[in-house]
Amino acid sequence: MTRKQKKNLIRIIVSAVLFAGALAVRHFASLPWWAELIAFLPAYLTVGYDVLIKAARGVAHGQVFDESFLMGIATVGAFVIGEYPEAAAVMLFYQVGELFQSVAVGRSRKSITALMDIRPDHANVIRDGGEIEVSPEEVAVGETIIIRAGERVPLDGVIVEGNASLNTSALTGESLPREALPGENVMSGAVNVGGVIKLRTTSAYENSTVARILELVESASSRKARSENFITRFARWYTPAVVISAVLLGVIPPLFFGGEWADWIHRALIFLVVSCPCALVISVPLSFFCGMGGASKKGILVKGSSYIEALSRTRTVVFDKTGTLTKGSFSVSAIHANGMSEAELLDIAALAESYSNHPIAESIVRAHGGHIEPARVSGVSEKAGLGIEALIDGQKVYAGNLRLMESLGLTPSCSHGCSCDSGTCVHVAFEGRYCGHIMISDEMKPGSREAVSRLREEGVGTVMLTGDTESAAAPIAAAVGVDSFRSGLLPEDKVSIVETMLGDESARKLAFVGDGINDAPVLSRADVGIAMGALGSDAAIEAADVVLTDDDPLKIPLAIRISKKTMRIVRQNIAFALGVKLLVLLLGALGFANMWIAVFADVGVAVLAILNAVRAMRAA
Amino acid sequence: MRRTFELEDLDCANCALKVENGIKKLEGVRDASVSFIRQSMTIEPEEGVDLDELMNRVKKLCRRIEPDMVIKA
Repeated sequence: MTRKQKKNLIRIIVSAVLFAGALAVRHFASLPWWAELIAFLPAYLTVGYDVLIKAARGVAHGQVFDESFLMGIATVGAFVIGEYPEAAAVMLFYQVGELFQSVAVGRSRKSITALMDIRPDHANVIRDGGEIEVSPEEVAVGETIIIRAGERVPLDGVIVEGNASLNTSALTGESLPREALPGENVMSGAVNVGGVIKLRTTSAYENSTVARILELVESASSRKARSENFITRFARWYTPAVVISAVLLGVIPPLFFGGEWADWIHRALIFLVVSCPCALVISVPLSFFCGMGGASKKGILVKGSSYIEALSRTRTVVFDKTGTLTKGSFSVSAIHANGMSEAELLDIAALAESYSNHPIAESIVRAHGGHIEPARVSGVSEKAGLGIEALIDGQKVYAGNLRLMESLGLTPSCSHGCSCDSGTCVHVAFEGRYCGHIMISDEMKPGSREAVSRLREEGVGTVMLTGDTESAAAPIAAAVGVDSFRSGLLPEDKVSIVETMLGDESARKLAFVGDGINDAPVLSRADVGIAMGALGSDAAIEAADVVLTDDDPLKIPLAIRISKKTMRIVRQNIAFALGVKLLVLLLGALGFANMWIAVFADVGVAVLAILNAVRAMRAA
Repeated sequence: MRRTFELEDLDCANCALKVENGIKKLEGVRDASVSFIRQSMTIEPEEGVDLDELMNRVKKLCRRIEPDMVIKA
């Protein structure tokens, strides 16, 4: 509790004691009206003096529909019509509710900010042979910093010495610590949970991962959801409307229909107590805030509540294949040998490719897995755009694409009926004879299939876009299980496809998932642009609406689930708060409600709605 | 250039809304948001606006709407 909250708590306790005393006195002795007034006034003033002062100041500044002013009028009004205990009690409960509300909001704020607190406070930099502690902003690119166990990595860098166990849960939601070895890149914001490492920094603080995430999270509140804007607009007319009805209710029946003045004014005062829209004004933004906080805990950074809303209405997710459903790295998917065993073919290909650092060559060497004897290979020459020529055990070997084979006068044949016209096939010729080919494909991510099926459970359709040929795309589309796919696309085709799909219906939103490389135009064009593992790319962060800190495709159904849960809570809060208030207004107008119920409808509802809002933080 | 300020003792969400709407109407302000939950205020001034002078007007406005609230640098 803050000092102000503690002070208010003491005031509430003192006032409650005074109030109980006054009630006891009134119970045992019948007092004249002025004595009763004097009995209840101390309890009322102890707890309510600041509300009255604020109300007076508000009026002086022309703030007529101020919460304090309304409470002030309502309770003073109750005193005037002789409802002394009620007046004191309403003020007392109002303050109890306010205190509770402020504590609850403070708590949730603290737990969310703790969740998102990845700001490093210092860096241990090595300068002139010694180690000094400076703030992360003061470290230049290329300097060496030391991170010990328990410290947060202050800047992005490459490990030059030592190894450590890093916890990146605040960045990616991944709870298992990751072992980091020399030569590896380390993201700032990770916490070293064991070991000591020296990093050579690769970015200044303002460009580091931490600074990017903080910038994203802090500017998030500027893009508000429709329901949030609705509440803002609603609050603007709700209070004046209720206050005007209160005046009419208090004046018209007694004036024209012979009603009892005290009775109708009492009913009007109930209106004033219910007239503050606080339950809505706090709980709706808080629900969104908690939802975004819960999502960021899982490594899903949402740029504003409007995207929570859009995510919850997403009916189609369009994946740009490479880097989202597939790893964007290659692996051997099939070996079709011709006149030798598959192992022999792979052995020859791996030997020939062992000197190349092309990703396809690396994938073949990786698939080989075993020891490659460099002495067996000689005379390697790379033929640009075609493949490789080498001598293995003194025999000529060619490994490359169809054109290379044709230039040798060989005609590749395949008994498996695969069409090796795409660039994802390595043909091998040995001793002047065609001896088969190795199929290379982009490796599917482990979570892709499950992500697509979970999306289907949420009622979301999936589409895969790719630049690959149809023969290369079809097996991946089938393996992942997407509803449909489009192949052979150029980057600009992707924009136009997304645009035609967007044209359909406005209530159904379309999300586009890209890896942040070359897809900024599509990311910004889609209703929700999701950039995966894109913390390195400024353009992607700028263009995307949701940034995933790692590249796990399962985060996409998770983001949709969190957004749906958040929207459910928002709707519950709106319905609950409005429902109770309207009910109390109705009962009040008919004379069935008293001020106690009205206070509950004001602060009690607000507190309950806040407690409900906090649920959004616990990710689905 | 967007500037963010921390706030103290911003007690009611409705007041935060009023402050936000008030600041948005000030001259030289392109956009503003006041978050009750974060207890923070973000102001995006128009190009070439004297920030100190603008902040003086913002503070004056805040004193009128929500006197308890303190703007921290």
